[in-house]
Amino acid sequence: MDHQSTLERVVRGVLIALVLLFFMFPIVWILMMSFQTNEQILRIPPSLAFEPTLENYQALITGRLETQAGTLDIRFMSNLWNSLVLSVCSVALALVLGVPAAYAFARFRFRLGEDIAFTLLSFRFAPPLLVLLPLTLYFQELGLADTYIGLIWVYQLICLPLILWIVRGYFEDVSPDIEHAYRTAGHGWLTTFRRISIPLTAPGIAAAGLLAFIFAWNNFIFALVLASADKQPVTVGALAFVTASGIQYGQIAAAIVLSITPTLALALYAQRYLVEGLSLGAVKG
Amino acid sequence: MRDAFRRRALPYLLSLPALLVCIGILIPFGTAIYYSLQRYRLNLPHLRKMNWGENYLKFLTDSEFWNTLQVSLAYTGLTVGLELLLGLGIALLLQRSTRFNNFVSILLLLPLMTAPALAALMWKLMTNPNFGILSYAASLVGFEDMKWASDPSTALLTVLLVDIWVYTPFMMILLLAGLRSLPRQPFEAAALDGVPRTFVFFRITLPMLTPYIITASLFRLLDSIQQFDIIYAMTQGGPGDTLMVFQVEAYLQFFQATNIGKSAALLLVLWVITFILSNLFVKQWLRLREQAQGAG
Repeated sequence: MDHQSTLERVVRGVLIALVLLFFMFPIVWILMMSFQTNEQILRIPPSLAFEPTLENYQALITGRLETQAGTLDIRFMSNLWNSLVLSVCSVALALVLGVPAAYAFARFRFRLGEDIAFTLLSFRFAPPLLVLLPLTLYFQELGLADTYIGLIWVYQLICLPLILWIVRGYFEDVSPDIEHAYRTAGHGWLTTFRRISIPLTAPGIAAAGLLAFIFAWNNFIFALVLASADKQPVTVGALAFVTASGIQYGQIAAAIVLSITPTLALALYAQRYLVEGLSLGAVKG
Repeated sequence: MRDAFRRRALPYLLSLPALLVCIGILIPFGTAIYYSLQRYRLNLPHLRKMNWGENYLKFLTDSEFWNTLQVSLAYTGLTVGLELLLGLGIALLLQRSTRFNNFVSILLLLPLMTAPALAALMWKLMTNPNFGILSYAASLVGFEDMKWASDPSTALLTVLLVDIWVYTPFMMILLLAGLRSLPRQPFEAAALDGVPRTFVFFRITLPMLTPYIITASLFRLLDSIQQFDIIYAMTQGGPGDTLMVFQVEAYLQFFQATNIGKSAALLLVLWVITFILSNLFVKQWLRLREQAQGAG
């Protein structure tokens, strides 16, 4: 392991370069495309030297695209706003619901708790359409079809198992003795939970929240099935672009860049916790 | 007395909201089972009635169903198999915890954090026959006019590429964590004895890594057999029925054919498959999780 021959180092270097090329190229290429005009994109052979333009972003941000055929309204900013509302609210709700439950599952061994924890886990792995398709019919009856609330409720399917199982692990790492000592000093249960248990697990809770945000943001199928046109997040909105007439490739690329930037930035920020979060606490990074 | 009662009620109170969410999931799940036992088409509402197992029985002679099963299994087998090999290879490349290797492994997280539907869109732009960079690259090596996802013979290859691009980093990151957590002694002993590297890999590294490999693979199997985002965003299951996997077929049965009963039955068949896999997975996962908690 420790003494590598020169040949081995070269082979390793080449392989890593190939890996990076494959995995980074699409991101770099789409980023470049988002700064190109349609003529530049359609040029064959493709050229790396081009005069970057902000036109595509301008069209998305102002929501208006001026073409020879006329002006076209683009609702991408409202997609972006929907993504933000849905993800933030879903994670907030999942934290409010999930953290106390995770604490209960970690501290008290009780039958119902295990049942809930495992039911949620098993539906994390069940086909989402199985729950979503009947829900479309219920949503119409209940008048939830056109609301954020209905979607935020359904997004709990993604966020809650994640929060529950990751945060539970963090609570299990905190020794009950600390809490016990604090309670013996005359503090109530709630105070102990707020002053001791939560601060000790805060980094874990924050990481779980960030991950839940990423998964909620990246979700496609829930909103595709349940969201009405004006509640659609970026994942669904960007896809509608492809079939919309008049939209140019550069704008699609710019929409993709704007849609993936938030999650990529958060992922880089929270990368220390990703291994643990992705494996629902089974593997520590 | 009051305290004792409060103490016993506490865990139930705390988990009440989570219980409500559970019920909120179980009700539509029950509804799906109910629909699957009915002849239920939205376009023919007056014909709606219970037909018990008929939807399922029809699958036996339904070539669409067998195609769906076959495509789903092929997709799952190919993605998970290739991602495991690639992920393991990359994890081994990056095994030593140097600054450069860690930087590379962080960069590789980016595809994994891209929404799969958007990743499919990115590849759709890159494989566009008119201006896609990959179409251009293919023409340079002799594949003029490659149609990628719109040609039945290359459609699977195209979605495989997207799936591999998104999910190989998942395998890599879990296996890398596994590799780095292995005890050092056996490797040091083997190095002292001058044991050949291939022997070390097959007799020490691989067996010790097996729990991680199984966990990561089952995780991916469970996701992959339900793949929807990438395929739907790329081709909606087409061309023809080339990529008609379970969830895409069920989605189209529901919204286009409005055959609710068949759609629900399809999803329940898929659910049985995932249920078996997820039980295997949870066992393995709990074992690893206990280890991780113990080590933490």
